[in-house]
Amino acid sequence: MSDSPVRRHGAAFLPPALVFVIAVTLAEVLIRVLQVPQYLLPPPSAILQTLRREGSELWGAAMETGWAALVGFLMSAAGGVLAAIVLSSAAWVQRAFYPYAVFFQTVPVIAIAPLLVVWLGYGPPTVVASAFIVSVFPVVANTLAGLLSTDPALRDLFRLYGATWPATLLKLRLPFALPAVLTGLRIAAGLAVIGAIVGEFIAGGGLGGVIDVSLTQQRVDKVFAGVLLASVLGLTLFLAINLISRLVLRRWHASEQV
Amino acid sequence: MHAPTAAGTRVVVRDVRRVYSNGVVALDGVNLEVAPGEFVALLGPSGCGKSTLLRLVAGLDGPQGGTVKVGEERQRGATLDYRTAGGTGVAFVFQDAHLLPWRTVLKNAALPLELSGVERSRRLEAARAALEQVGLSDALGRYPNQLSGGMRMRVSLARALVTDPRLLLLDEPFAALDEITRHRLDEQLLDIWRRRGMTVLFVTHSISEAVFLAQRAVVLSRRPGRVVLDHRIDLPVERTGALRMSTEFEREAQALYETLRREEPL
Repeated sequence: MSDSPVRRHGAAFLPPALVFVIAVTLAEVLIRVLQVPQYLLPPPSAILQTLRREGSELWGAAMETGWAALVGFLMSAAGGVLAAIVLSSAAWVQRAFYPYAVFFQTVPVIAIAPLLVVWLGYGPPTVVASAFIVSVFPVVANTLAGLLSTDPALRDLFRLYGATWPATLLKLRLPFALPAVLTGLRIAAGLAVIGAIVGEFIAGGGLGGVIDVSLTQQRVDKVFAGVLLASVLGLTLFLAINLISRLVLRRWHASEQV
Repeated sequence: MHAPTAAGTRVVVRDVRRVYSNGVVALDGVNLEVAPGEFVALLGPSGCGKSTLLRLVAGLDGPQGGTVKVGEERQRGATLDYRTAGGTGVAFVFQDAHLLPWRTVLKNAALPLELSGVERSRRLEAARAALEQVGLSDALGRYPNQLSGGMRMRVSLARALVTDPRLLLLDEPFAALDEITRHRLDEQLLDIWRRRGMTVLFVTHSISEAVFLAQRAVVLSRRPGRVVLDHRIDLPVERTGALRMSTEFEREAQALYETLRREEPL
């Protein structure tokens, strides 16, 4: 009885749902009782109203941001894994190039976004590039760690049986690194959305554009609506990765076995 | 009353010296000759270089001095390239099973053949046969994390047998298992050896395991390791569990024990 799916999922979703309801109610009551002005902090009900009234505009913006974040994320996934494979191929390659991979981690994207506009113009390419820059490093770092932690005995075994480099990569090192890769992708998913919105602050369009414009109009309710949708985007991407991770790893990895 | 020898390969180790990258001399002046089809146990105090010697024979590392000869293949100071030496047929069993957790039992056992490019249906058939030999026919579709430690070790053994090796190298393979399981696997290994007649080099720190399994026990000294005792075990080839309780068994174990105690520091 205790491990029926309904109960298990109920147990997983109930606590966060409860926290949500309590927090929203508390915010609503407090903001109304303390009579906080709308232009400082709108109550949740006002945000909900904005979402309904200007739903189509906000939805369109969210889709735009979502696409840019997704494309940037996919570029990070492909480019990050590929870069990690190259970096893991030899110790000297890693020593020579890894510091430059770290560069992506430390570069303040908000500072170079204007540069991206100069290079790529106002529009989606700048937004995608921004999403990519912010999200690529966790993929590289985690994949690299995964690739370098291959069981040495199994590497010996592959060597003993004359396995080629591609065979060792595909049949041993990448599968071994998969849990680490997925960890990197999980982090990258959230970051890609943030990167996209930062890009849109400068390049315009999407939720970033909506938030930016709403701020200048003192439409704090709309800002919050945009922020809410942005986090929904990040959450969706995150959950998608979780689902993939579960499907791929459930047979053999401890992290996906309940 | 002797094991078949045609399926085994000869191993000749001459004056081998192996120095680790940190400067520690692991082996110095090791000489060892193993006849085709012979079952040799390798004993010695911990850290004496037993595993190092096994890796040299496998061609996983190269010696800094001396030669290691397996079959007709000659090597000097370099690792053997098994892509060209496919016929040498060396298999290695590690201390732990080291299976690929994302593969089923059957596909784990078929891995060596897959890597050397054997066609799918043939390699799965060979894997099935090898798994049957170790008594795992009804676990083909299971994943390693669904198996007990003893079963995982059996899969590892089947993976080593699947290529029909002429030289089987085992590095304390059953050390982590409980005694009953270990005895059962020892008997299974002996049975397979008697039927196939490959050469076996078996590293262990258990005297009774060495006496029970091997025709010959070679004891290495403290580091830098060299051979201090090369002892023929005077017991019949046919060995059963009852042998462990006999006085002959006790006598052989005693001989090894004396030498080992001298080598163990303190």
